[in-house]
Amino acid sequence: MLFASYNFIVFISVLFIIYYIIPKKYQWVLLLLASYLFYFFAGPSYLIYIAATTISTYIAGRMIGNIAQSQARYLSEHKKELTRGEKRVYRDRQKSKMWRWLLACLLFNFGILAVVKYSNFVIANINHISKAVGGTGGFSFWNIALPMGISFYTFQTMGYIIDVYRGKYSPEKNIFKLALFVSFFPQLVQGPISRFDDLSQTLFKEHPFEYRNISFGLQRIVWGYFKKVVIADRIMVAVNTLIKDPETYQGAFALVGMLFYAFQLYADFTGGIDITIGIAEVLGIKVKENFDRPYFSKSIAEYWRRWHITMGTWFRDYLFYPLSTSKGMMKIYKFTRQHFNPYLGKRIPVYISTIIVWFTTGLWHGSSWNFIVWGLMNCFVIVISQELEPLYSWFHSKVRIGNTIGFRVFQVIRTVLLLSAIRMFDCYRDVPTTFRMFGSMFTVFNYRELFNGSMLNLGLSMADYGVLLLGLVILLTVSLVQRKGSVRAQLASRPHLIRYAIYYALLIAILIFGAYGVGYDSSQFIYNQF
Amino acid sequence: MNKKKFGLRVAAVCFLFIAIWLLQRLLMPKYVSAIVEGSLIEEYYREETSHDVIFVGDCEVYENISPIALWDNYGITSFIRGGAQQLIWQSYYLLEETFKYEKPEVAVFNILAMQYDEPQSEAYNRLNLDGMRMSKEKIKSINASMMEDEHLAEYLFPLLRYHSRWNELSWEDFKYIFNKDKISHNGYYMRVDIQPVKTIPKPKKLPSYEFGEKAWEYLNRMVELCKENDVQLVLIKAPSIYPHWYDEWDAQIKEYSEEHDLLYINLLQKADEVGIDYNTDTYNGGLHLNISGAEKVAVYLGNILKETYGLKDHRDEPELSSVWQEKSRFYNEMREKQLRELEEYGYLKSLGVEKRED
Repeated sequence: MLFASYNFIVFISVLFIIYYIIPKKYQWVLLLLASYLFYFFAGPSYLIYIAATTISTYIAGRMIGNIAQSQARYLSEHKKELTRGEKRVYRDRQKSKMWRWLLACLLFNFGILAVVKYSNFVIANINHISKAVGGTGGFSFWNIALPMGISFYTFQTMGYIIDVYRGKYSPEKNIFKLALFVSFFPQLVQGPISRFDDLSQTLFKEHPFEYRNISFGLQRIVWGYFKKVVIADRIMVAVNTLIKDPETYQGAFALVGMLFYAFQLYADFTGGIDITIGIAEVLGIKVKENFDRPYFSKSIAEYWRRWHITMGTWFRDYLFYPLSTSKGMMKIYKFTRQHFNPYLGKRIPVYISTIIVWFTTGLWHGSSWNFIVWGLMNCFVIVISQELEPLYSWFHSKVRIGNTIGFRVFQVIRTVLLLSAIRMFDCYRDVPTTFRMFGSMFTVFNYRELFNGSMLNLGLSMADYGVLLLGLVILLTVSLVQRKGSVRAQLASRPHLIRYAIYYALLIAILIFGAYGVGYDSSQFIYNQF
Repeated sequence: MNKKKFGLRVAAVCFLFIAIWLLQRLLMPKYVSAIVEGSLIEEYYREETSHDVIFVGDCEVYENISPIALWDNYGITSFIRGGAQQLIWQSYYLLEETFKYEKPEVAVFNILAMQYDEPQSEAYNRLNLDGMRMSKEKIKSINASMMEDEHLAEYLFPLLRYHSRWNELSWEDFKYIFNKDKISHNGYYMRVDIQPVKTIPKPKKLPSYEFGEKAWEYLNRMVELCKENDVQLVLIKAPSIYPHWYDEWDAQIKEYSEEHDLLYINLLQKADEVGIDYNTDTYNGGLHLNISGAEKVAVYLGNILKETYGLKDHRDEPELSSVWQEKSRFYNEMREKQLRELEEYGYLKSLGVEKRED
């Protein structure tokens, strides 16, 4: 069931009504049923995967929790009898038991993810290598479907079990509540990747009917649909035309494709998250924000702090920090300190951790070299920017333009262009084609063709371009207004007439200008596939 | 929440619904000057008097039979609930719906639709379904007719289907937003132009000449429905030369009608008896008849219906007579108008017909 489908709108409408009719203590149970029903529609067999993740994580969590409890009890009961050394030995033993449970859980769940998402990628590479060395390369691909949202719910659930292991909070005792945390349907398909201690604060609570929640939630949903069906799904037509035929659309058209895809992805992903957060808000549940006006970032590093925030923080907290402070990295640190100068000795372990994180980030996005190269390119730009920081500082000390609006605008545009260029790896069929298309922007001088009517051959009419332009202007305006705080809160303080005129205009714009229904291909959210 | 605030919110919601309804009216195709077939189904609801005969079926009924000629010659009141490529389940549900409004003496079904066992096209579905009033019959008909990429919601709220017409709106969409002129004559689509039969397309070989299960199921249901409502069901095959009516199909219908004691009239076989001249009585080379042909069919069929079912001549009933006089006036007026147009332009410009190059 796609978010942008009639069935989904009926589904959530019915859910909203039942949610506020039934006794409040059963609200979370209803959400669990609704989430599993939603997942069932995606594919009944996928339920096995999500149930396996839930059950394995529940068992591991409970076992870790029991070990932690018995450790606390034992240490408290034998406080006086045990020496410090004995306590440490006992703690280490218990920690090791907990570690085994954690490891088993991580291996099992990341193993599922690896098998369903990456096995064919691995087979393709083995075949490729085999052919290169004169073999047959005849391993056949597995016919295995990728369960909806598996990357998201696996990461969310593994975050939970790691937190339990770290003693951040106690494991959830009620398996059904854990099942709801894992499967909460609005965020199942494309995040945000929530933390248990955040989400559980409101997910299992009783929620009375509150007009403000409903109103604000619905506004957010409508705004999300506007981005998705008016902008993203419309521009998608041109993007698909451009990227599916790289032989025809080079040079200026590669540039147009690059920029269009940047707009499409932004409208698609942020629109989807708006719908997610809006649905949760109507239900009285608070889901973390995933974006902070990312296209206003002045550097790629800043952009990654403002785009898909929950994924970034997940990698930071559960991969980068543990990796940077791991015993192995400490050994590398010692080695590099001994063999390189102090600066490099300090930086090399950071580079290694950063490269691993970005490699994994790329791999998380998709099982192809495109995504891996995409991740590494991000890494490259971030590392280079960090290394050139002294040069920037020197430049700014000489040329005092750092605080001018013009320079800030330049930084924003530069960042958008840079990240859009890197994103070309998302679009084209393979890495060489992507490089070729990027290169064509500077070697194929067909920029005049943009104004000779060729743009009307991309599947969009003049009217479509008009709608797109208007949509993007609205998007920009809203982003600018957001600098002063919540747009909805600002709207709520306006007179009824203005407020309702804006709500209705948005709703009617979706109904009329939305790229949906017969004649349009209904499009999944881009991040669904991750 | 105080009363004023509550009232404001209710008013705001009402305003929204009215705005959306207006937009829906605006964006729905009007089918006035082009693809007028889209207007046929809804014109039934304007009828103020009941009918002796209801016709259902595809273009072979709404283009080949003139209800005005039935009235003029026999005083039989009739209405054609036909639609372009109307599928048998659509005919069935139209009949079911019609029987809620009236109980005619006779229902006539053109059996060419038996050739289809699956939904065929969204565009034709729309021409047959959009005009129906909201009812459980309409929903059942939609469910039976939808293609894979169609959705019930788009029929219930046509704005969802036609929203993308915003950039092709014409003055006609604004002019007919609330009311449309009548374009049919009790469901009959009039054409006065002539295009004689020159060549007849060679019939295709079919993988199977058996009608499909779904088609039979709905024919059975139609028989049952008519029995339950005490309506005589008549099966006809209109005298259109093509699409080809295969002998194997004819045999199946004959056998079925004998089994169920139904009257089956193959007007194609009786074209000479009807008096059809394919040089003068068709406007598109034998696919459909023009007014001359449609009147001949009405005269022939009317006689059979009158004789077989004893249909009453209503011409001496003042109330009906005045209603049908008005219909005849409109009929003759349109005939004159089309003839004038033909004379002036050489083709029927007002119907969006393209000029023939022959």
